[in-house]
Amino acid sequence: MNIHEHQAKALLKTYGAPVAEGVAIHSADEAESAANSLPGPLYVVKSQIHAGGRGKGKFKELGADAKGGVRLAKSIDEVVANAREMLGNTLVTKQTGPAGKQVNRLYIEDGADIARELYCSLLVDRATGRVSFVVSTEGGMDIEAVAEETPEKIITVAVDPDTGVTPENIDSITLALKLDGDAAEDAKSLFPALYKAFVENDMSLLEVNPLIVMEDGHLRVLDAKVSFDNNAAFRHEEWADMRDLSEEDDKEIEASKYDLAYVALDGNIGCMVNGAGLAMSTMDIIKLYGAEPANFLDVGGGASKEKVTAAFKIITADPAVKGILVNIFGGIMRCDVIAEGVIAAVKEVGLEVPLVVRLEGTRVKEGKEILDKSGLNVISADDLDDAAQKIVEAVKK
Amino acid sequence: MSILVNKDTKVLVQGLTGKTGTFHTEQALAYFGTQMVGGTHPKKGGETWTSGLDASATLPIFSTVAEGKEKTGANASVIYVPPAGAGAAIMEAIDAEIELIVCITEGVPVTDMVKVKRRLEKSNSRLLGPNCPGVLTPEECKIGIMPGSIFKKGSVGIVSRSGTLTYEAVFQTTNEGLGQTTAVGIGGDPVKGTEFIDVLEMFLADDATESIIMIGEIGGSAEEDAAQFLIDEAKKGRKKPMAGFIAGLTAPPGRTMGHAGAVISGGKGGAEDKIEAMEKAGIKVSKSPARIGTTLSEVLKG
Repeated sequence: MNIHEHQAKALLKTYGAPVAEGVAIHSADEAESAANSLPGPLYVVKSQIHAGGRGKGKFKELGADAKGGVRLAKSIDEVVANAREMLGNTLVTKQTGPAGKQVNRLYIEDGADIARELYCSLLVDRATGRVSFVVSTEGGMDIEAVAEETPEKIITVAVDPDTGVTPENIDSITLALKLDGDAAEDAKSLFPALYKAFVENDMSLLEVNPLIVMEDGHLRVLDAKVSFDNNAAFRHEEWADMRDLSEEDDKEIEASKYDLAYVALDGNIGCMVNGAGLAMSTMDIIKLYGAEPANFLDVGGGASKEKVTAAFKIITADPAVKGILVNIFGGIMRCDVIAEGVIAAVKEVGLEVPLVVRLEGTRVKEGKEILDKSGLNVISADDLDDAAQKIVEAVKK
Repeated sequence: MSILVNKDTKVLVQGLTGKTGTFHTEQALAYFGTQMVGGTHPKKGGETWTSGLDASATLPIFSTVAEGKEKTGANASVIYVPPAGAGAAIMEAIDAEIELIVCITEGVPVTDMVKVKRRLEKSNSRLLGPNCPGVLTPEECKIGIMPGSIFKKGSVGIVSRSGTLTYEAVFQTTNEGLGQTTAVGIGGDPVKGTEFIDVLEMFLADDATESIIMIGEIGGSAEEDAAQFLIDEAKKGRKKPMAGFIAGLTAPPGRTMGHAGAVISGGKGGAEDKIEAMEKAGIKVSKSPARIGTTLSEVLKG
């Protein structure tokens, strides 16, 4: 789960990280009082969407010459003018895709005099199994490009969970970021604070890009991106208040209610599969035979009839879906339960597109019998190859 | 021969008294008499568990893993504890010096696994998973949730990050008449106890394993690391015929595809790079998940 920049900064502030003062607003009418509450005279008006590249992004409705999704303002009037222009319009960035995202909230922040822009993130490094700092002197830009072109400028510092951030870790980061004076002093509290925030809040990513050295020599968190580890949601009730449903796909929200792993895609063949690996492979094989999947959907290991019914309804509710492929290899999952779920869903919502079903594993015979006797127009398939060819063929007709 | 588990493996069940633990323990007992020796529950020590399939099949419940190990001689444990308690359950098994710990639980917070991994480094225990289907040696021992009916005793070692794709590979090698030595699910989480390299090393050293299937997916670089390991071992003359598969060629970057570890991030962890690395290491990578078995047969026929 992702949160907005202003939420991430508010969270980091509670750990003592240096962030600028700022106010989040949802309408342009709030812009003036928001700016009035800040020291000025320099302000930043920042679009709050769950995607990076906002500064270089363009508003769809505003023409190519208009400014991007993060704007400097030198007066309160400029703050208000920018807020009016930005709110409600659609920002297209490198990460949003061509459809872009509607900007429904802005963050009005106190401006800073920047001397240097640095990069700092925390993540769980798979190779070491540890939380690691990834830092670079090349801040404020696309870190993937830095990794590609000058990988030597990216330094990774792993933290031992038994000790937390050690003075040696801080020295390594300070050296890598070429910090001195007040900035080096700030580093002693900032990096342990970021680590503490990461671990205590079960983050999967904390990215500060840029982390800046200001003209006065001190460090400041200028931007912050936080993703939480969904697996830890059971111990973080506070996340519910931070979730912004307008940032999520409606079908994905519906799927999450039933604990289904669902990702919306651009194709026209809906898929219902058990197991993440098999679900990905089902997408792959559809593509291999020349069509495109409409979604990734893993109904999980021990899905109930109700869950299968919900999954089927989510797939059929997508107007782009021109055919459905159900692919089940029952280990824990019983094929007869799948069959019953599919029939229950079809009875409820109808079936207007071709349906290919491939069942294998536990109680496969019973499952196939249930489908055969149902009178539904189900195309049965022997294996995954056969199933993929049949659905691709059916959709092309 | 086989790896990790055989007919002598004695298994404790952490979370035996729950619905999932009960179901899969019944299945394990029914699978060639896998030696399930007891269960643990902090508040139900001293009670007895009875199989719903066979009322004569009972198991003692112990309060702790340490007690269960002492009284039964268990050398393995399997964990069916919900995510909130799974990390602590693994830690308990490590502290009791259980040799092989298999964690089936999906959804363990990654920061919990970071702590577990550190504890593992200081121990002699091996952890499989979490978020894995377990391990099965045909006709000897079934730990976890793999369907026993699709297995056949044979010569292929199977290692996979995905549960259902493991079943595909097992089913297909059974249909090819090859059968399996052992199938190992290492799990779909980013931080886990056992990686491809660990299992490949065991399969290379196991005389009964004549060929190997490796199934990976997007996310991380474990497949690339394994490919480099295989190249290095081949230089020492250790090499077995291999087929493979990678799931997620069509997965969009930045989206987590069901498994917590299956995500292409920062331009890394894509399927193409993994397939290329595996082919460089001499693994024949099947384009279709339905042809993993036939691909291996083709490799074996030369």
